[in-house]
Amino acid sequence: MEPFTEHTGVVLPLDRADVDTDLIIPARFLKRIERTGYGDMVFYTLRFDAGGTPLADSIFAKPQYRGATVLVAGPNFGCGSSREHAAWALREYGFRAIIAPSFANIFAANAAQNGLLTVVLPEERVRQMLETAATREGYQLTVNLEQQTVTDGFGRRDRFEIDPFTKHCLLHGLDAIGLTLRASDDIARFEASRPGWMPRVTA
Amino acid sequence: MKPRTIIDKIWDAHVVRRAPEQPDVLFVDMHLVHEVTTPQAFEGLRLAGRRVRRPDLTFATLDHNVPTWPRSQPVTDPISRRQIAALEDNCRAFGIRLEGLESRRQGIVHIIGPELGLTQPGMLIACGDSHTGTHGALGALAFGIGTTEVEHVLATQTLPLRRPKTMEVRVEGALPPGTTPKDLILGIIRQIGVGGGIGHIIEYTGSTIRGLSIEGRLTVCNMTVEGGGRAGIIAPDDQTFTYVAGRPYAPQGRLWDEALAYWQTLPTDPGAAYDRRVDVDAATIAPFVTWGTNPAQSEPVTGRVPDPSAVSDPAARRAIERALAYMALRPGTPIQEIAIDRVFIGSCTNSRLEDLRAAAQVVAGRRVHAGVRAMVVPGSQQVKAAAERERLDRIFTDAGFEWREAGCSMCLGMNPDILGPGERCASTSNRNFEGRQGPGGRTHLVSPPMAAAAAIAGRFVDIREWRA
Repeated sequence: MEPFTEHTGVVLPLDRADVDTDLIIPARFLKRIERTGYGDMVFYTLRFDAGGTPLADSIFAKPQYRGATVLVAGPNFGCGSSREHAAWALREYGFRAIIAPSFANIFAANAAQNGLLTVVLPEERVRQMLETAATREGYQLTVNLEQQTVTDGFGRRDRFEIDPFTKHCLLHGLDAIGLTLRASDDIARFEASRPGWMPRVTA
Repeated sequence: MKPRTIIDKIWDAHVVRRAPEQPDVLFVDMHLVHEVTTPQAFEGLRLAGRRVRRPDLTFATLDHNVPTWPRSQPVTDPISRRQIAALEDNCRAFGIRLEGLESRRQGIVHIIGPELGLTQPGMLIACGDSHTGTHGALGALAFGIGTTEVEHVLATQTLPLRRPKTMEVRVEGALPPGTTPKDLILGIIRQIGVGGGIGHIIEYTGSTIRGLSIEGRLTVCNMTVEGGGRAGIIAPDDQTFTYVAGRPYAPQGRLWDEALAYWQTLPTDPGAAYDRRVDVDAATIAPFVTWGTNPAQSEPVTGRVPDPSAVSDPAARRAIERALAYMALRPGTPIQEIAIDRVFIGSCTNSRLEDLRAAAQVVAGRRVHAGVRAMVVPGSQQVKAAAERERLDRIFTDAGFEWREAGCSMCLGMNPDILGPGERCASTSNRNFEGRQGPGGRTHLVSPPMAAAAAIAGRFVDIREWRA
């Protein structure tokens, strides 16, 4: 996983609540068996018409948001399906951080596994960011994970909270499996004490 | 000892490792696997030279992308075929049990777990699917996870999780006539909102919940994620124990006695504290129909499509306007005047035998409305066989319904069962998101009897009058 320390990028405002993972990447694109190849399909229905032609009035087509890497959106971002493809697609498209008033639990975990930082800020502040990004061309934000801050170029600084372990893993690009396997003895001890009535399956 | 909730008890019993500032590492008693969210996880294992730590605690089936046409016909989509083949290869290579397309035990992963007795009280279950909370209906703690976490469980049989908060949703009173567990959970989500349960594990309590059948409880817990909940659980009782007893993977003899003694200690202690409590009055539950593009956007069938101009908050107003534009609905339209093109009875929410019985009762002796295409997709091959023993298939096919093979089908638009652009569907599934059932498709979530009645009438009707 690519570490996340600090990132500055153009903001794309996606002014809607409850952005679900079906909207981020529709199910018909989930049949691949690879982790890559989803970036072009991100927010497909917001970017293309039914025939696959790019929508000229899509926010993703506007020149001022081209190359945007910071997504700002409404509350409950990433709700619905657990598909990690949503995080892969956002990351592959180029997003490094998402700022919203709240995130669905599974999406937030998936994002963290892929070096995609989810930043929770108060709803009023997110609303201001959405409005600024909609009106001020080239609006950029800097997200600093070590400091847990979001800053704009105009002296505004917002602090955000993040779970310390998630922060640690993101800062260092750590693989959780490797960390857990260091506790193999604990796992083995636990396994030895499990009750016998629990189901077991044979291939 | 401090009184504990069932959530605390199961959580504490599964902690493999606890360290300051770190998530608890929890042991996973059963890892359920399907074809869509796992190929990348197995590939990750291969690349790292890791094995599946506990194939005996891992169980696979094919459900999401399989066609529900007769099994004798091939899977025609080459990309789906490749994904199915990948799971077959991975199960073979890593020694995992797979109930594949030819198996009489195949079905939607959340239907077959309880059905086979793989889901038992007090267990911790994980699956790469957001509807994993379903298994909580039997008193298990069950988490939907992403693909990287699937890889983590495969490699370590554990899941590192930060402990969520707890929330009690207490439902008291009798469910009004004509309402079902589906209406109850739609009503709960309507009350708490689609983000209302974020960061919480929900325990459903109260006389209404106790009075639900196990299949009804499965429907309620299934949609916990639709209210943002991390998991949903219902304390096991005698009904639960009776349900589990005798199933293929249920304990027997002395092990059964041991298990039962433990299961009886699981219910929440009197006086245990939750972080949050929500009270729901069962009398407020009606046959609900969603009119919008998230599961909280519903109205009683006797209601009307809401008018965004009556909403003062601009963000909320825009959300309603956007939903109505997508759904092609005019404010103020009576729900019962909404005509439908398609009906889908199925999904991990509502494809069990009781659901099919309730729908068949409405359909018996009637015909599907001209121009409506209606399908029934049993949740598993076992549900299908049981329904056929009761001749439910004949009731449906005589009325003009399609009777299909088990799978996720039209719940999620990744197999051949999809809506066409602009088609309007009465669906017993769990999500009415934009494009969920196919690009441009319009989904209205309802209970099985409401979907069945809509199929006959060609529009939504009040099931309470239907019975009269």
